[in-house]
Formats: sequence, C-alpha cells, structure tokens
Amino acid sequence: MEDLGTCIVSFLIIVGAFFALVASVGLLRLPDVYSRMHAASKAGTLGSGLMLIALAIYSDDLATITRALIGVVFFLLTAPIASHLLAKAAYAVGYRLSDISVMDEMSKSDPLKDKNA
Amino acid sequence: MNAQDVLDMSINIALVLLSLAFLLTIFRIVKGPTLPDRILGLDMLVGAAIGYIAVIGVKTGYTLYVDIAIALGLVGFLATVAFARFILVRGQADEGGTEDGHEMDPDKVIDQKMGELGTKLRSSDNEKQGS
Repeated sequence: MEDLGTCIVSFLIIVGAFFALVASVGLLRLPDVYSRMHAASKAGTLGSGLMLIALAIYSDDLATITRALIGVVFFLLTAPIASHLLAKAAYAVGYRLSDISVMDEMSKSDPLKDKNA
Repeated sequence: MNAQDVLDMSINIALVLLSLAFLLTIFRIVKGPTLPDRILGLDMLVGAAIGYIAVIGVKTGYTLYVDIAIALGLVGFLATVAFARFILVRGQADEGGTEDGHEMDPDKVIDQKMGELGTKLRSSDNEKQGS
C-alpha cells in the first residue's frame, strides 16, 4: 500500500516536471506573445500543480497537506487572471499577432484580414 | 528495486527536467523580443520555482518552504498584474516583432511609418490653413 503511494508520487512528480518543461519549450518556440501565453499559463500551471499534489500525497502531516493543496488552489485561481490581464493589456496597447496566425476575433474591422489592428 | 529507489530516481529526473525548463525560460526572458514576452517568462519562472520547491519538499522532507511557495505565488501574481498595468500605461508597442521575422515585414513597417508621417503633415497643414 505504501509502495503504491510512493509510485503515484513519483509518477506525479515526473509528469509535473515534464509539463513544466513543455511549457518552457512552448515559451521558446511559439511565434508571438499570445500563443506563448497559452503555453505558459496552461502547461505551467498544470506542472507546478501536479508537483504540489505529489507533495501533498507524500507528506503525512496534515498541515503540509493543507498548505500544498491551498497552494494548488491559489495558483489555479491566479494564473488565468494574470495572463488574461497581460494579454488584454498587450492587445490594447497594440502588440501584433504573428503573420502566421489565422484570425483575430477582437479586431474591430475584418477579423480574418486585419491582424495588425 | 523497491519503491523508494523509484522515487529517488524520479526525483532526480524531475530536477533535471525542471532545470532545463528554468534555462529555456531564462533564454526567452533574455531574448525578448518584447516586454510582454519577458513578463510572461518571469511568470513562468515563478511557476517553475513553485514546482522546484515541491520536489525539494518530497526529496528532503523539509516542507517549510511550501509557505514560501505560496508567498512566491502571491508575489508573482501581483508582479504580473502590476506589469500589465505598466504596459497599459506606457502605451507603446513599436519595439520590433517576434523572432523569425514573422511580423517584421520591412515594407509594411515603412508603409505604416510613411502613412503616419503623411497624416501628421496633413493635419499640421490643416491647422496652418485654419489659423
């Protein structure tokens, strides 16, 4: 039984670290701010959340379990807000989408053509 | 090979993967090319640091740092919000395009600049005629 818990913890840790790595590769490879934001905020949140959950499963102390879970909830609440705010600010100021993006639904004129609004 | 060995090995693998993630994110922060990219990199760095703290907590059993992870998450969130406000207030976006030159088409940039210049000249002409 204890072995099963340890195996679950090792699995969660590896998957979480893998998702953090995927997020940073996406940050490096994607073409513009908005698509990078999608990589960083979704995969990054999943990665660190999984590692905190692994800590909560591994620990046998109630205080540590609570803190780790509170950390997960807090991170899930704040990460989307932060990146949404950043995206809105960048779009309002006029950072453009990359030329290979297909459409811009927030554009005031033609969403399919006017990508540089 | 018992479960503890598996755990030790996976902790080492996870630390290597997280270090790689750190390095790639720092590369993006240094490279830019725009201010929101760098802010996004810093946000991602906070997330990776929280994951690092969790892995260290499993490895050493020293879970005091989890409190610091929560505080770090709060500070990272507030920093991103403040930076977003700063972008909005600063209000300039002409610091070049993305890497690979996807949006840095020189002809387009020149056309745009010439267009702005033309409207400026025209409006100043109109002001002169009006006065």
